Amino acid sequence: MIHQYKLNGYNIVIDIYSNSLHVVDDVAYDIISIYMSMNTDEIVEYILRKYPDLTQDEIIDCISDIKQLKKDNKLFSEDPYKDISLNIKSRKNEVKALCLHVAHTCNLNCEYCFASQGNYKGKRALMSFEVGKQALDFLIENSGNRKNLEVDFFGGEPLMNLDVCKRLVEYARSIEKLYNKNFRFTLTTNGMLINDDVIEFANEHMDNVVLSLDGRKSIHDRLRKDIKGNGSYDVIVPKFQKLVNSRTKGTYYVRGTFTHFNTDFTNDILHMADLGFKELSMEPVVCPPEDEYALTEEDLPIILEQYEILAKEMLVREKKGEGFTFYHYMIDLAHGPCIYKRISGCGSGTEYLAVTPWGELFPCHQFVSDPKYSMGDVWRGVTNSSLKDEFKKCNAYARKECKDCWAKLYCSGGCAANAYHASGSILGTYEYGCILFKKRIECAIMLQIARQDI
Amino acid sequence: MEKTKRIKTIQTRDLVNSMKDGGCGECQTSCQSACKTSCGVANQKCENSHK
Repeated sequence: MIHQYKLNGYNIVIDIYSNSLHVVDDVAYDIISIYMSMNTDEIVEYILRKYPDLTQDEIIDCISDIKQLKKDNKLFSEDPYKDISLNIKSRKNEVKALCLHVAHTCNLNCEYCFASQGNYKGKRALMSFEVGKQALDFLIENSGNRKNLEVDFFGGEPLMNLDVCKRLVEYARSIEKLYNKNFRFTLTTNGMLINDDVIEFANEHMDNVVLSLDGRKSIHDRLRKDIKGNGSYDVIVPKFQKLVNSRTKGTYYVRGTFTHFNTDFTNDILHMADLGFKELSMEPVVCPPEDEYALTEEDLPIILEQYEILAKEMLVREKKGEGFTFYHYMIDLAHGPCIYKRISGCGSGTEYLAVTPWGELFPCHQFVSDPKYSMGDVWRGVTNSSLKDEFKKCNAYARKECKDCWAKLYCSGGCAANAYHASGSILGTYEYGCILFKKRIECAIMLQIARQDI
Repeated sequence: MEKTKRIKTIQTRDLVNSMKDGGCGECQTSCQSACKTSCGVANQKCENSHK
């Protein structure tokens, strides 16, 4: 399978199964598009009609190059991975990442929050140290030979339970060498409680810090309000700037959500960059379609254009020495993920689990509090093995809609939670998200090509 | 980068070969990174130094 597209002056051809990537001129682009459906004479005739200045020999030369690439399995290569997808379904899964819901409460009242103002439609609660410690023990016990273990302090707002976060880090550090493990911590915060103490803790112990900011003040404050209804922008931006400026190791992301109210979200990303932030992420809102801020069908072409505008502007800024990273445009062509990762995806419900303040396990943070998706707890482990088996099947080869999709080895079949919310099944698809995802990958690949100055 | 008159091939990881040298599982859980609301593996780093 191939995918070919034109973007920002580049003609790009991806051979999906070999992961080969070609930048071609217009003639080669057109020949590739008809190569599998016409014979050589038909191709020559078709191309000569479209490009009357070409000679027959020039066209045949190009056809020969394409034929050689096909022979080398760099174009139109067949799918050799079907057996792997079956192995992935049957293999034993070690747990390597936990999303620790240390606080099911929040000091903001963001209208679009999928966690319903932090409590996930349930009781407000903070995780105790004992529950968190048991979660870390559960992770070590179930991680097999995996060395790198990830723990995200998540909520609600995790800094409302900072003391427990600190004690859990201390506990993890005290045992990781004994078990030959390396804990990597992430903190996802709205920023309201950041102070010098938090900054010191984050810089010393957090491999990654995710800072929630939606962009321009008017956009941010419209939905990200405190309990009294006041916008939070003015409180958090100086705190984020102080944290980021003092960060000496590890990564950070300033991460926003865009909605129907700011389909021109590129302006919000550029605003973040203008505030001095360099590692940026912006996600489409996840919410029921009836919500007033939900993305609509009419928004779709606008959003797709925005992704292109963003990619082009990134190149302009890079040339001026003012570049920044956009999470969804990061793609390592030469050393990216292996085929096993590309097929198996995020690992929710198998390698990755969310833990509630009470120690209950869910497939990921987006399933928390849905009783159908309770998987067990940190004392007894995963007891709902049929649910685990269901999540094991969630991969790039599990969904009929993905069968002929060129992007399946980039998204692994997509997010199970999004699929569930959109289709009622974790083995469904969220088509709107698929369209956005494909555009982001097209832009990401174009950016890499442009940076190589081809 | 390989190059013919009309086609330039960019260096990319050989996915077919990664059937042999991949699968160590040490990479980051994709959703655990920056986004938390959408899935994608393309932007993940490979952490296998033996590949």
